[in-house]
Amino acid sequence: MTVLAQDLRLDANAIDYLLLAFYFALVLGIGYLARKQVSSSLDFFLSGRSLPAWVTGLAFVAANLGAIEVMGMSANGAQYGLPTVHYFWIGAIPAMLFLAIVMMPFYYGSKVRSVPEFMLRRFGKPAHLVNGLSFALAQILIAGANLFLLASVVNLLLGWPIWVSIILAAVIVLAYTALGGLSAAIYNEVLQFFVIVAALLPLTLVGLHKVGGWEGLVEQVTNGPGGEEQLSSWPGNQLTGFGDNFLSVLGIVFGLGFVLSFGYWTTNFVEVQRAMASKSMSAAQRTPIIGAFPKMLVPFIVIIPGMIAGVSVTELAGENKAALMAGDPAPSGATFNDALLLLMRDLLPNGMLGIAIAGLLASFMAGMAANISSFNTVFTYDIWQAYVKKGRSDEYYLRTGRVVTACATILAIGTAFIASTYANLMDYLQQLFSFFNAPLFATFILGMFWKRMTPTAGWTGLVAGTLSAFAVFGLAETGVWDLPGQGASFVGAGAAFVVDIVVSVVVTMVTQPKPEPQLVGLVYSLTPKEQLKRSTVGEDAGWYRNPGLLAGIVLVLTIVLNIIF
Amino acid sequence: MSDETVGSETPKRTAGAFDVRLVIALLIGVYGIVLTVLGLGFTSDADLAKADGLNINLVAGIGMLVFTALFLLWVKLRPLRVPVTDEDAEESDSASSQQS
Repeated sequence: MTVLAQDLRLDANAIDYLLLAFYFALVLGIGYLARKQVSSSLDFFLSGRSLPAWVTGLAFVAANLGAIEVMGMSANGAQYGLPTVHYFWIGAIPAMLFLAIVMMPFYYGSKVRSVPEFMLRRFGKPAHLVNGLSFALAQILIAGANLFLLASVVNLLLGWPIWVSIILAAVIVLAYTALGGLSAAIYNEVLQFFVIVAALLPLTLVGLHKVGGWEGLVEQVTNGPGGEEQLSSWPGNQLTGFGDNFLSVLGIVFGLGFVLSFGYWTTNFVEVQRAMASKSMSAAQRTPIIGAFPKMLVPFIVIIPGMIAGVSVTELAGENKAALMAGDPAPSGATFNDALLLLMRDLLPNGMLGIAIAGLLASFMAGMAANISSFNTVFTYDIWQAYVKKGRSDEYYLRTGRVVTACATILAIGTAFIASTYANLMDYLQQLFSFFNAPLFATFILGMFWKRMTPTAGWTGLVAGTLSAFAVFGLAETGVWDLPGQGASFVGAGAAFVVDIVVSVVVTMVTQPKPEPQLVGLVYSLTPKEQLKRSTVGEDAGWYRNPGLLAGIVLVLTIVLNIIF
Repeated sequence: MSDETVGSETPKRTAGAFDVRLVIALLIGVYGIVLTVLGLGFTSDADLAKADGLNINLVAGIGMLVFTALFLLWVKLRPLRVPVTDEDAEESDSASSQQS
């Protein structure tokens, strides 16, 4: 975001501030109300496993609809056009369905309280500790990045100093997560989801009106620097950077669609925790599927505004877009990251403007609160309770959880200032995912389906995988291996995945596996089918609550969308 | 369909007892009212020109009010019940607690 601050300063008036304040009042109110329900540590960390599936499903999406999603994807929309939808339809939906149908029975059925705890049961302490520590570290770094992005947007839009916005946002997130625990975070994520939609949907409509409807947009994009290619999702050569159509499709399906997205969606505790908080196996399975419906439609209110900005905002259209696409700075000084902000400035009157700002801030806070609430669960259960202070009362761990939330927030303020020294935060975040999620996914898949895999293989695979991602990162940073920004994290993720598998298999061959009775409920072939079953009576009855059928509907809709666009 | 399931045995858990749907309806409803009033009475020609003649405050405001009405209808039709113990939940009929 390099545009001069005054160009982006939004003309917010008292009404906008009032609408914004009303939203924050409700956010804190939810924290206060959720507090009344917290009587044990399970209430605090997993909402007492009592939430209905539509709540956890929307929270599932909202936790992911953070800064990266909203700002980054509208920027991609402005730059690449419709092929950006692959991040949603190929890069998220299949992995979400896989999580729901295949993996959720193990997560929910084994009654673990976190993803690292699953590692403990499957592979023992070393793997548990490695996973717990690396996850906690990653969450604090990501929370700091979210916090910094939020503060820099507030600074651009409203002119508040960065440090004031960082601390203010941190205090608000802290207030509701420390009070109400995961319930407060989840309920707020649901609220945030609706505010984000209330902000972006009108923006999309008024934008479409401005450019003359869908036909008008098609015409202007076709005549613009991107050309016709930006109007159909396949083969997406501009997005992947591959000239060859076949390679481009292959890259999207396997690179984005498999390693990166499965790694993110199926092992990231930030997401999985939302499903674990639901009230039954059936509801847990439905969580990612219900989340998939809005996820399918989010591109329309994120990418299309980006595309509209790319043709209608003076600073981004025409020669500016051409220059940016060629990798040069635009004559206007704007970047694609500003697409959404510039469009808001151009199109929205006071009133709607306040709601749009609330929506943006909501999306940043959703991301950060999700990081903090999953961090304190993992830290309290998987590090503090498991290795530091064992066997205390539940009340003690509940209190610990609240203290840890406060510490995490303070640490996140620290990492926010670290993040402020990085030029491109999107690359930084992608990089973190390649370090931590890709190897974890490899270990998980092997561990769930291969009963022979040994505890030693579990942790050595993880460590080797993460180290190889670090190595790729180091080579790319020092210029030994020339990889463009996103390319480094993609190659890193691929390397981590492959190295993890190879090391795990080799180590398994020379070490002792766990006795089979200990693996029941954790490994596919050793788990009785009944244990993986969900109930189909009472609140889980009815065809519209059948995860398999719902997943089928999502899949068909996704394919239809791919054919249309 | 009021609260017959609650009376018989005291609920063991109260988690989920406050209805987030009402909070959502409150927020979007207030936004809808403010936007509609702004759109009807306080939209200058400059504002209209910004959005190329479309009164977005009014349109979005009405949209949000419709959304609020639908949400309130949902709360009305499927009221939230305090979850009871598992055994009780099995016995209660299909009109039980909330939409999922």
